[in-house]
Amino acid sequence: MKLKYFAWVRERVGKAEETVEPPAEVRTVGDLIGWLTARDDAYAYAFEKPTVIRAAIDHAHVKQDAAIIGAREIAFFPPMTGG
Amino acid sequence: MSVAATIRIQEADFDVAQEIAALSKGRTDVGAVVSFSGICRGSEQGEPIAALILEHYPGMAEAEITRHADEALSRWPLQGLTIIHRFGRIAPGENIVLVVTASAHRQAAFEAAEFLMDYLKTNAPFWKREESARGTNWIEARDHDDAAAARWTKS
Repeated sequence: MKLKYFAWVRERVGKAEETVEPPAEVRTVGDLIGWLTARDDAYAYAFEKPTVIRAAIDHAHVKQDAAIIGAREIAFFPPMTGG
Repeated sequence: MSVAATIRIQEADFDVAQEIAALSKGRTDVGAVVSFSGICRGSEQGEPIAALILEHYPGMAEAEITRHADEALSRWPLQGLTIIHRFGRIAPGENIVLVVTASAHRQAAFEAAEFLMDYLKTNAPFWKREESARGTNWIEARDHDDAAAARWTKS
């Protein structure tokens, strides 16, 4: 699946997007955050306050307990400040 | 009768008067047009800024705004709806966002415009960064924007 990062999450991770194949036990958005955090310090820094992080699956907002099975694109970003 | 919203996500500026006129020109069924323009301020929390830089999530920005436009069209009797949101570098005094609603009567036009702005603030995937003499800083989301959006949730 493709992952996308925006705003300061993108800056902290150090890339705008990547393709990953998480193991089967990574079932939810929250699991994915945990799996990424364990990969290296950049992710740990980006996700240091996981409750602040917002997520979207295939262009729709989701909560962190959402299942990621079948997702094509998952995005992580801070609270939005448009308008 | 179904009304299609006009939704544009663009880097270029837009002409507010032209967008308002487009919703009422040549029509006799529109009795009220409400427009909200969001404009870049020259200061953030008392400090002068050079510009705002807006990042967005292409694809999702259109999808999310379309979802809210469709909800507004289902909740209020609107005869026209235009939403424009800019991205990129925006200098003080320039337009950031525009919502125009047209209806037979003012209440629907006012309410739908306010609903859409409250949701754009908290749910549309845009992020503002301020550029100033001190460098660039991400602008933090504000709790009162969440509260403003929450009041439209149907119980």
